[in-house]
Amino acid sequence: MNMLTIENLHVRVAGKEILKGLSLEAKAGEVHAIMGPNGAGKSTLGNVLAGREGYEVTQGTVTFDGQDLLALEPEARAAAGVFLAFQYPVEIPGVNNTYFLRTALNAQRKARGEPELDSMQFLKLVREKLAVLHLKDELLHRAVNEGFSGGEKKRNEIFQLALLEPKLAILDETDSGLDIDALKMVADGVNAMRAPDRAFLVITHYQRLLDYIVPDFVHVLADGRIVESGDRSLARRLEEQGYAWLAERRAGAA
Amino acid sequence: MAEQLLESMLQAPPTGGPAWLAHARERARDALLRDGLPLRDEAWKYTSLRALAQRRFATNDPAGAYAAVDPQAFAMPGLEGARLVLVDGVFRADLSRLPTEAGVEVRSLGDALASVDGLLRGAFEDEPDDPGLAFVRLNTVLARDGLVLRVAAGARVDLPVHLVAFATGGAARAWHARILVELGDGATLTLVEHHAGAADDAQLGNLVCRHRLGSGARLDVLQVQDAPESSIRIRRSAFALAADAQLNLRTLELGAALARHDIAVELGGECARFASRGVFVGRGRQHQDTHLGVRHAARDTACDLVWRGVAGDRARGVLHGAITVEAGADGTDASLDTKNLLLSSQAEIDAQPVLEILADEVKAAHGATVGQLDAQALFYLRSRGIPEAHARALLTLAFCRIAIDSLTNVALREHVDRMLLRHLPAEIA
Repeated sequence: MNMLTIENLHVRVAGKEILKGLSLEAKAGEVHAIMGPNGAGKSTLGNVLAGREGYEVTQGTVTFDGQDLLALEPEARAAAGVFLAFQYPVEIPGVNNTYFLRTALNAQRKARGEPELDSMQFLKLVREKLAVLHLKDELLHRAVNEGFSGGEKKRNEIFQLALLEPKLAILDETDSGLDIDALKMVADGVNAMRAPDRAFLVITHYQRLLDYIVPDFVHVLADGRIVESGDRSLARRLEEQGYAWLAERRAGAA
Repeated sequence: MAEQLLESMLQAPPTGGPAWLAHARERARDALLRDGLPLRDEAWKYTSLRALAQRRFATNDPAGAYAAVDPQAFAMPGLEGARLVLVDGVFRADLSRLPTEAGVEVRSLGDALASVDGLLRGAFEDEPDDPGLAFVRLNTVLARDGLVLRVAAGARVDLPVHLVAFATGGAARAWHARILVELGDGATLTLVEHHAGAADDAQLGNLVCRHRLGSGARLDVLQVQDAPESSIRIRRSAFALAADAQLNLRTLELGAALARHDIAVELGGECARFASRGVFVGRGRQHQDTHLGVRHAARDTACDLVWRGVAGDRARGVLHGAITVEAGADGTDASLDTKNLLLSSQAEIDAQPVLEILADEVKAAHGATVGQLDAQALFYLRSRGIPEAHARALLTLAFCRIAIDSLTNVALREHVDRMLLRHLPAEIA
């Protein structure tokens, strides 16, 4: 059974149609890469799945674990197991990172009818996850993302991913703005989180990230639709021949 | 039209005391009768006194101030040092715990007024002759009690002094009190000034606090105005700083139906420094008006003012921040930053920075914004599973925390944090 089924999704942003009939299926355990040129609608896909305001679905459906995802508030989607790693994580001065993470985790647990963790149980979990990701705890004592470098912000996203253990993790251009060391660190974190009961949508402009996070499927998103799907060799081909190659192919097919 | 407020309050002024005091009271009374309340004064532009002027306030029965009060009503964790309590403006030795440190002197103003004392005399005679300061004039005429707190030159008071101004409940009465704080050269003091009242407190409290800091003295003040939302609090906090003196002020304006707080700081000595972190949080029909006035009167003085304001429901907030750099105060470094959050379409906040610079070689900056909660931050929190109402409260609290996040007393900081949370407007609570 599919974990995620997107059918003929049309989305408008500020009156302009960005997604124009996107369809995609993903099963638990799979890693799907979504590639595409700038302006194709990659980030729109991540945002509409997470429930950001201002994204108007005009047509189509999204089914997640058998329920209508689009009917849920953002916090209910999170509790159901959807996680978006932001392209631009938000700085929140005055909110301690540890407090934020515990509040988020307990809010999700409460929504799912699970017992909340007390501070001792939570710290134990934090230490476990830090060890798995080979992270230091220095970011935890600061305000959420405040004054973090680009790499620190992305690492904090991956740490949240590890702590919240979602069923579906969407990485929105997590590689943007990262040097190669930071990129490897983020990829290691993601790979450590790969599991048979978890699916990933890895949204990226560049093939480079996929050298480290090896996808099971690669989809090309262009002009609001998936125009090509294949295995990881598709990513290589895009890297070698550019997105122009695709446009030519599509023109030829038409 | 006669002003009922003035008429009712001036019915039975205190008598007796030294001749200079009687003279100062008489002068203030004459000025009040001449100028009345500042109904058209620019300094009261956003806080109309018209309705208040027509209300009558009974003179406080001094015996009422000796009513039984449970100290739990103003307990604050993290404060193990001295506690000085005023009830309805009257010093209550029975509820207080005097400081034990060497070089610290505490007297009730009532006792002190009977003696000849330069500080006291100045504190009644040198108030600015300004019709906008009508409540200071009233205070000069009517204050019978309050406190005098002196720290000798070089003395350090390590434990914070908890200074409580508590008001009892009942009918609409008024009290007027004056607190005088003097730090000798190089002295150090931390004050926690705490304004509270009984649940049915409908009193008008009129408090004037004057602080004098000698050369190199350091004063830290946390002001928490947590009066019941049925009460009126009008306060003036004045500070005069000599050379190299340092004042760190943290101010929370949370309570009262009508609160007006003037903070007047005179940087009179070279290299004197003033830092202010403040926040006001209004809900219901609360009206909170804070006037900051900083005067740079000497070279190389600095002020750094950071204020946050929140208004929900039909609340009204005002932050007026005036910085004056006098001629010759070269090397001044002044900045004012105020950000404000409107949580409802019927709430209103007026933020008004005013810079007046008469010197050269001055660094001055100001910024003022009024807006709503950051939609990006709100979505970020919700996308992690935090329900919207909780996320809004978290962000609003974070916005306000600037006033207290540098407090090193953890128990106190957490307590004040909970007070902030309790005062958040209904939209997000």
